[in-house]
Amino acid sequence: MKPAPFRYADPGTLDEALEVLSAEGEGAKVLAGGQSLLPLLSMRLAAPATLVDINRVPGLDTVEATGDGVRVGALVRHAHLLHDAAAARIQPLLARATANVAHPAIRNRGTTVGSIAHADPSGEMTSVLALTDGSVSVATPGGVETIAWRDFFVGPLETSIHGPAVVTSAYFPALPARSGTAFSEVARRKGDYAVCGAGVVVTLDEDRRVAAVRAAYISVGLTPEVHDLTDAVAGQPAEKADWAAAGSLARTLVDPDTDIHASADYRRLLVGVLTERTLASAAAEAVGGME
Amino acid sequence: MTTKLFGEPVRRREDARLIIGKGRYLDDIGTTATLAAAFVRSPHAHARIVDIDAEAALDVEGIVAIYTYEDLTGALAEPLPVLIPHPQLTAPRTGYPLANGEVNHVGEPIVMVVATDRYIAEDACDRILVTYEELPVVVGVDAAREAAHAVHEEIPDNVAARHHQETGDVEPALAASKNTLSFTQYIERSACTPMEGKGVHARWDADDSSLRVYTSTQASTSVRAAIAAKLDLSLDKVEVIAPDVGGGFGVKIVHPWPEELLVPMAAIALGTEVKWAEDRREHFISSAHERQQKQEITVGYDDEGRITALDVHIWHDNGAYTPYGIIVPIVTATQLVGPYVIPTYRVIVESVYTNTVIVTPYRGAGRPQGCYAMERTLDRIADVLDLDRAVVRERNLIQPDQFPYDQHLTFQDGRPVIYDSGDYPGLMVKLKDLVGWSEASRLRDDAAARGKLLGIGMALYVEGTGPGPYEGGHVQVLGSGKVLVSTGLTSQGQGHETSFAQIVASELGVPIEDIEVTTGDTRRFPYAVGTFASRAAVMSGNAIALAARGVKEKALRIAADVLEVDPGDLEIDEGLVQVKGTPGASIPLRTVAVLSNPLRYAFDEAAKQATQFATTSSDDKPPVAEGDAPGLEHRDYYSPIRSTFASGAHAAIVEIDQTTWEIDVVKYAVVHDCGNVVNPMIVEGQVHGGVAQGVGGALYERMAYDSDGQLQNASFMDFLMPYASEVPDVVIDHQETPSPLNPLGIKGAGEAGVIPGTAAIASAIEDAVGRRIASMPISPTELYDLVRDDTSEKTATALRRVGTGASK
Repeated sequence: MKPAPFRYADPGTLDEALEVLSAEGEGAKVLAGGQSLLPLLSMRLAAPATLVDINRVPGLDTVEATGDGVRVGALVRHAHLLHDAAAARIQPLLARATANVAHPAIRNRGTTVGSIAHADPSGEMTSVLALTDGSVSVATPGGVETIAWRDFFVGPLETSIHGPAVVTSAYFPALPARSGTAFSEVARRKGDYAVCGAGVVVTLDEDRRVAAVRAAYISVGLTPEVHDLTDAVAGQPAEKADWAAAGSLARTLVDPDTDIHASADYRRLLVGVLTERTLASAAAEAVGGME
Repeated sequence: MTTKLFGEPVRRREDARLIIGKGRYLDDIGTTATLAAAFVRSPHAHARIVDIDAEAALDVEGIVAIYTYEDLTGALAEPLPVLIPHPQLTAPRTGYPLANGEVNHVGEPIVMVVATDRYIAEDACDRILVTYEELPVVVGVDAAREAAHAVHEEIPDNVAARHHQETGDVEPALAASKNTLSFTQYIERSACTPMEGKGVHARWDADDSSLRVYTSTQASTSVRAAIAAKLDLSLDKVEVIAPDVGGGFGVKIVHPWPEELLVPMAAIALGTEVKWAEDRREHFISSAHERQQKQEITVGYDDEGRITALDVHIWHDNGAYTPYGIIVPIVTATQLVGPYVIPTYRVIVESVYTNTVIVTPYRGAGRPQGCYAMERTLDRIADVLDLDRAVVRERNLIQPDQFPYDQHLTFQDGRPVIYDSGDYPGLMVKLKDLVGWSEASRLRDDAAARGKLLGIGMALYVEGTGPGPYEGGHVQVLGSGKVLVSTGLTSQGQGHETSFAQIVASELGVPIEDIEVTTGDTRRFPYAVGTFASRAAVMSGNAIALAARGVKEKALRIAADVLEVDPGDLEIDEGLVQVKGTPGASIPLRTVAVLSNPLRYAFDEAAKQATQFATTSSDDKPPVAEGDAPGLEHRDYYSPIRSTFASGAHAAIVEIDQTTWEIDVVKYAVVHDCGNVVNPMIVEGQVHGGVAQGVGGALYERMAYDSDGQLQNASFMDFLMPYASEVPDVVIDHQETPSPLNPLGIKGAGEAGVIPGTAAIASAIEDAVGRRIASMPISPTELYDLVRDDTSEKTATALRRVGTGASK
């Protein structure tokens, strides 16, 4: 379990990083927190010719929370985001989801943007980016472009970016008014990849009736998916909406896989259970916010 | 400070060193100049090797040597030893150090590469092209039994051994039984998974023609003998040392592992240091697993639930080879009967080959399976008869006045299974109290109100511990006052440095701070068997006590001469030999040590006291008396007539979420009897660790082989060894029934914690959900499948609960 030989570069600026990536071509891989990449290297499941370590690049380690949303830089560790109170006020799903990312040691090194760029459907933050209708900023030699989550995730461990590029930040829009969120997972062991996880946003109208319900799931499907569950509960009073009906609807919308830890049927069961649980909690939060 | 430390919860002396990174594990040994070995291992579960092309690897800069089977000579080219032959092991098979034309499991070593470092060695391995002709694969006991394909061509039924024991004629006994019931159940594979994998470091001294080997082993003396035999070296030119070892749990008692021979071979051939440190993936696919069995059980019993006859037929998956013989089948067969009176018992264990990693003892070593068979049998009897599961057990227990109790079976040491002492009803009383057995009904109702299904289960065991043939101990007092203690068996974190020091402190009357304990170093103690079967405290503990008593006897004799008193009037306390009841009439033990070695040369101040013009010894006696020896030291051995039998009882309470089917062990109670306890804190730590592995085996761990023999979860990401967050708090009560077989009255404690976990937790889950649990481990996804399957068997208890509305 030792990596195959690779070259190592630790550029001091973003431009320099892009120059190295351009020069090295397809065989180059960006290293940030290394919590997914380094095990892949050690198991020789990946063997990039060059690692471009961006940890010395300035300006990528900040969380910027504005009224519109939260921008998370490429070197922000999960632990930083987990404890960023301003970010949590604007978009509560950030702290709620990062609390479920692995264990403290991994959260201290692993980066939120890195896990998004890794595009693992078992990752919490890929789903949160989708659920919040977020986007990523990608720097290329041609300039910086913004890519919506829907256009970014292509398949498991696969994104739409090709060629020399650094994902410099992820942008999570603010929680809409009269809304609440919740995030919950079932894992075999505490901190493991979820067998199934759910993140939800419930938005109420001014009469505290359900106006919109969105849900995204972890370890269900090949890429992050957002499901609109509004139809199951539209117009119902938030305090006594039929969340079980929303759970049932969710179960019909997902197409999970079987693996050694759980059958597809069991995952589908959990989608229903977690949907019902999280929606009740999110709705209560939305009501609370209106009082 | 006291020197009477036997029985005290002394803090582990080794922990500070181990916790702050001052431990010296295998991979800490060597320098940047040490060469590294890596292996090309089979990617196929069963294949012929057609060709090995290493040409491309030769171009890798830093490559030093490449070895295949063709490079092995002499005894090294023969199959690895069958360590424990047995007449019923009729078709033993072992692998070669490097595969000889055929591979029988994924991970079997084929090529060894030696390079300047491990990275380069692995680069070279990647370039070696092995051509295979794939053969049909056998995975699991059922496939082995069907024998559509053979693992070893010349063994068409895949049966390595048919182990058979019986205490009477079981068929008439069953026919005469008032009631009988039969069932089949399964238990899956798990593994030891020590934090530190295996590893070997070898250094050849060409000028001295001697070899020093460090290996992460549980049996350094026998590794030494194996290396000498296989590499054709004189035993006196080989020394083997187990450094700090980061856990063993059984996998490191197997030896010689191929690497334990190949790394020294390379060191000799290359005239330099060579090291191999196993990585996690290697450990999963090329070390050892345990526990898969299919059990077919028929029991006869009367209307009160007393067993009249028991007939057990087990199919045991031994993996691709049988280097450790049929120890696990024997242990299952003989320990299955537990603390119970079984008037007539027959057991057959068919040990079958599969194209998977070898099966050798893992903490418990066949006992968890035996306990699972017996305890689940009792659960079924209770279910049918509508009796409390505790009551059925109580009616079958061996009573305290029945000891010594002969089960009329032959144990793994070839000796009779005769329980030396115990109080099994006493265990039950304590267990029911500790877990709150009588409260279960109320707890079930409380949990139901919270939407949870609650269940309770219990399981009892008897564990044969401390088998022979022997261990030895050496105790030496130096002129500095330091007391050196050594024993040949090895340590893997059990706290031997502490418990052995406690024994010596108590026996010899010296402060524990003066005592240094060395284990597993053949330079210090060349005769030993090894650390397994919960035997270190029983075997080396007693040997060391006897050695300390020998030292004390000599010390008192010398001191009596000096003080001109009778040795019987002397005592040793705090390292001072003194006349009982006469303060001031004393001599330090360290001075006695100086005087014990008559000197000509004074190399320091203390030594002056022992030189020829300083002492007033009699002119008409030699300085060293006939039959005596210089030095204050003694070596002694303990060899038991047979094993001593520890016992215990566990109970688990589980809560199950009715929506997600997650299983939470909310209470785990242990009553433990290992005779006299040397250190209760260490014993409790052993129990905690065992319970953690028991919970792992019951709810989390399995070896997920696919039908091609590929292990799908060969990493800690997918092999679910429980974290601390998954292990319940454990409440422990002790019972001490001393063993009459050894001087210290102790029984083994190392494995006990793991034994009843699967049985107790299966019982609790069954109690909670009312469906028969006949396959373990069980995960939430499997439990969900079970409860939503209308055809899965409901327990009689569950049907009665529904029928009466009572929450019994």
